[in-house]
Amino acid sequence: MIPALPDPTTLASAVSVRDRLALAQALNLLDDRRPAARQCAAAFLDALPVERLDAGGHLIGITGPPGAGKSSLTAALIQVWRRRGLKVAILAVDPSSPISGGALLGDRLRMHASGADREVFIRSLACRGEFGGLSAEVWPMSLAMLAAFDIVLVETVGVGQKEIDVSKMTDTTCFVAQPASGDSIQFLKAGIMEIPHVIVVNKEDIGMAARKTLSELKTTLGRRTDLDGWQAPALSASAALGSGIDTLADALDSHRNWLLERGQFTTRRQRCQAEWLVKHLREEFGRYGINRLGGEDALFAELTNAPRRSPIAAYEDLRTRVIPNP
Amino acid sequence: MTTPIKRDKPWLMRTYSGHSSAKASNELYRTNLSKGQTGLSVAFDLPTQTGYDSDHPLARGEVGKVGVPIGHIGDMETLFDQIPLGQMNTSMTINATAAWLLALYVAAAERQGASPAQLQGTTQNDILKEYLSRGTYIFPPQPSVRLITDIIAYTVKSIPKWNPTNICSYHLQEAGATPTQELAYALSTAIAILDAVRDSGQIGAEGFEQVVGRISFFVNAGIRFIEETCKMRAFGEMWDKLTQERYGVQSEDMRRFRYGVQVNSLGLTEAQPENNVQRIVLEMLGVSLSKRARARAIQLPAWNEALGLPRPWDQQWALRMQQVLTFETDLLEYGDIFDGSPVIAAKVKALVDGATEEMARVQEQGGMVQAIESGYVKRQLVTSHTERMRAIEHGSLKIIGLNCYTETEQSPLTGGVDSGIMKVDPRAEREQIERLNAFRAQRNHAEVKAALANLAETARSGANIMPASILCAHAGVTTGEWSQTLRDIFGEYRAPTGIDIPANDDSRGAKAVSIRTAVIKTSEELGRPLRLLIGKPGLDGHSNGAEQIAVKGRDVGFEIVYEGIRLTPEQIAKAALEEGVHLIGLSVLSGSHVEMVEDVFNQLSQVGLKNLPVVIGGIIPESDAKLLKERGISAVYTPKDIDMNGIMVDILNLIRKAHDLQPVTVA
Ligand code: B12
Ligand SMILES: Nc1nc2c(ncn2[C@@H]2O[C@H](COP(=O)(O)OP(=O)(O)OP(=O)(O)O)[C@@H](O)[C@H]2O)c(=O)[nH]1
Ligand SMILES: [Mg+2]
Repeated sequence: MIPALPDPTTLASAVSVRDRLALAQALNLLDDRRPAARQCAAAFLDALPVERLDAGGHLIGITGPPGAGKSSLTAALIQVWRRRGLKVAILAVDPSSPISGGALLGDRLRMHASGADREVFIRSLACRGEFGGLSAEVWPMSLAMLAAFDIVLVETVGVGQKEIDVSKMTDTTCFVAQPASGDSIQFLKAGIMEIPHVIVVNKEDIGMAARKTLSELKTTLGRRTDLDGWQAPALSASAALGSGIDTLADALDSHRNWLLERGQFTTRRQRCQAEWLVKHLREEFGRYGINRLGGEDALFAELTNAPRRSPIAAYEDLRTRVIPNP
Repeated sequence: MTTPIKRDKPWLMRTYSGHSSAKASNELYRTNLSKGQTGLSVAFDLPTQTGYDSDHPLARGEVGKVGVPIGHIGDMETLFDQIPLGQMNTSMTINATAAWLLALYVAAAERQGASPAQLQGTTQNDILKEYLSRGTYIFPPQPSVRLITDIIAYTVKSIPKWNPTNICSYHLQEAGATPTQELAYALSTAIAILDAVRDSGQIGAEGFEQVVGRISFFVNAGIRFIEETCKMRAFGEMWDKLTQERYGVQSEDMRRFRYGVQVNSLGLTEAQPENNVQRIVLEMLGVSLSKRARARAIQLPAWNEALGLPRPWDQQWALRMQQVLTFETDLLEYGDIFDGSPVIAAKVKALVDGATEEMARVQEQGGMVQAIESGYVKRQLVTSHTERMRAIEHGSLKIIGLNCYTETEQSPLTGGVDSGIMKVDPRAEREQIERLNAFRAQRNHAEVKAALANLAETARSGANIMPASILCAHAGVTTGEWSQTLRDIFGEYRAPTGIDIPANDDSRGAKAVSIRTAVIKTSEELGRPLRLLIGKPGLDGHSNGAEQIAVKGRDVGFEIVYEGIRLTPEQIAKAALEEGVHLIGLSVLSGSHVEMVEDVFNQLSQVGLKNLPVVIGGIIPESDAKLLKERGISAVYTPKDIDMNGIMVDILNLIRKAHDLQPVTVA
């Protein structure tokens, strides 16, 4: 039989108590493109505990060039977080084949260290050609995971050096720099790349090249802060040796505290959803879609002031406003 | 009266063997020697190779199966009972735990009254190729290189007749490598190891020539035996040049390329298995015809290679092939019959040029270790193997009995109660565990503890690991304890899978497109992209099949989760759940399929996925295939199933069936 749709409320309460099978089913549901499933998914998201979605857990994005060590660092971070008693969920995005649409989901391999731990949940996603190193499902899936886990980490596809789209859809973004590749520094200097919240040079075990990259990054960042006034630390670590990982975890946590202290945490989450909606719209309809709804600024203003809703329901509304008579 | 003709001395003749227990293997070795075999080649079981005691959960189903379990000095002594180690020449196919097995060998010899200086033999000890093909690595590359280095430094000083490492291109060919790739990667490995020995400071400049002189190789010989002859000559030339130019070795003797061989097994078929005999004999020619590039030691697989483990009679047949070639033919009466041939010279040059280029590419990336860590080399191998598989599928690479001339009479060889293969007594595992427990009970625990503490200290300090390991051997430390001590210090590693290669032209072909269309249609019916988990449970390192299925699956539009070798059934079930897969495909070639399937099913029901369809592929005898299906496996594939497109359609239809959808036919 075609998979029957679950009861959204029951599913939501099972997910909130970290029922692993329920979470797996929920993620399957959020991936399901059939219209009935979309409705069910919207209802499921609406049934998740609001306080968790608005202010619970910590949603972290990890990004950087291919092979920089995003997955390896994630594996190392998982161990640190587990030692601190935190429960961790991961969404790992991998590229899809431009020819077949199929995909090899390989990040899990590097996260194997957490192989049998039931308080760690890893779901891979193919980026399916959309969303600059992410996938449209990432935001709704992050919400489902936030309902149950202390840390939710999104690993992007190894993107070009300047795209850090993930930073718009997470509380905190960590950029992993590859030693001896000056590109990210150039992009930062030129202001092409947005400033991530934490920058880490991985592979410090290889020595000189890593130290040099770190000191260049430090100089480049200087005393610059991001728009909100947060000053991004530049760190170094080695996923291979497990060095610098505690400090990295601390740095990520400081950014969360910083948001909380300033009372910006929940606003940022809501902003994330607005970003996701606009990005999704742009993917589907291009500039036309945005203009139909009054242009980007107006749209953001509208979305950030609107009462909270599940992203799927909100998106369906926007869609019908773009194409009123489908 | 004719004067007797002067013949060259025959090479060492070995049979790669070992099974069930040290005692059973000892009997087998003594019979083999009495049949005219001139050296021993020990096959260890997978727990021994990956550093687990027989009672470790990961060892379940694998104890004594594909080799002999050696858990401690007691086993080692039994293995060589009545075989004087001072006179024997023993080759041990051992890598991650090579330092340990060598330590046990030295300790056992000492107890026989032989001194280390008398010992002759080989430890394979090439851990780098384990990451690329063979799969029995444990630690990350850096500490692995250190262990290799320690064995070399120790043996050159204390066991001067030992071959401390056998740099392997054999396994690369078995993972799909072309002759050029074999040359390039084996020699790049040699560079990585020799550089490490030089830089370790354990050997002074005077001793270094000695080190180079002790390096030997373990090579493969495929069915294209002229090209293989040329490959061997190319190896000799390149090694001579490399050792002279890079390491300044003066003595010609020390620069000689010395190698042993096992001929190709990848091309040996399950279909019409008797044809494998011709293949094996022809392959042997590739490493024996040219005197200048002749092997020092040869071991041959048996005709039933692709069916399962060989019985003593099968191994005897393989040994007799060597004996016929050396004693009946006139091969050993001539000098090199290829010297002066322009055809051979041109082919050798082409191989040397190709390999030199590829070696430069590896060096550009920082050397072999870096090129392995980045996944580069593994991707090259997977790419070559994918091309080979496509060529077999299309028929452009002809394999008699498999993709052409398939009509056949019933083979009398596979009849009989044993269906023509050896089956290890399932009691072997339990008995081995009993012996292990008895051994543990009688040793001096304080001494064991002290020996392990000393080992840990040595591992941390960077001093040579061998003396501390030999102490452990005498103290009664077990294989699992030695390995765990080092695991705690060095950490564990997972090698790149190499499957992230670009799609080849085949995936644009009509067949692939129509399968893809059907896959996409089913995705739409089920609501989301179809996902497969390709899982390798247990200690089995045979990854070729899993890799090929994974790449093919992606190319026809599936999303593939593949985490490489050596997963526990629990990890497989966990991944299946978390990833929301539609089907699990297991791949098991080591013979532990019955236990693995049972465990995977148990774990799946525990996570609530009892109804997920599961298929399996690998070396699975027909009787077991039937059994597995009765236990709920949806389909079983073996080496004769070369139609990869057909397999993909099957898988698609199994997913459809699990959701009550009608099967599709794909033109
Ligand atoms: C190549 C090979 C190796 C290579 C492996 C390289 C690699 N990375 O894979 C090397 C040289 C390293 C190797 C080593 C060993 N090998 Co080996 N090896 C073989 C050999 C010759 C071919 C296997 C192969 O790769 N075939 C090509 C692939 C594409 O075919 P395949 O895996 O069968 O897959 C096909 C189908 O079975 C099916 N399939 C397979 N998996 C899956 C999964 C799914 C989901 C699906 C749908 C289909 C499917 O589809 C594929 C397409 O046709 C076989 C004998 C033979 N001729 O079959 C022995 C064989 C498997 N090896 C054997 C042994 C014992 C070993 C060792 C354990 C020896 C030892 N004691 O050390 C070692 C250790 C390896 C380890 N770590 O586990 C035995 C196993 C005995 C048994 N089962 O009873 C065999 C049968 C040889 C023998 N007769 O002794 N080996
Ligand atoms: N020397 C060293 N190598 C590392 C370290 N971390 C990761 N690597 C290696 O770098 C390679 C890439 O690591 P991954 O963790 O897969 O990198 P990634 O950024 O997730 O890669 P993609 O997801 O493919 O973009 C692997 O070969 C790792 O073994 C480190 O700290 N030191
Ligand atoms: Mg990654």
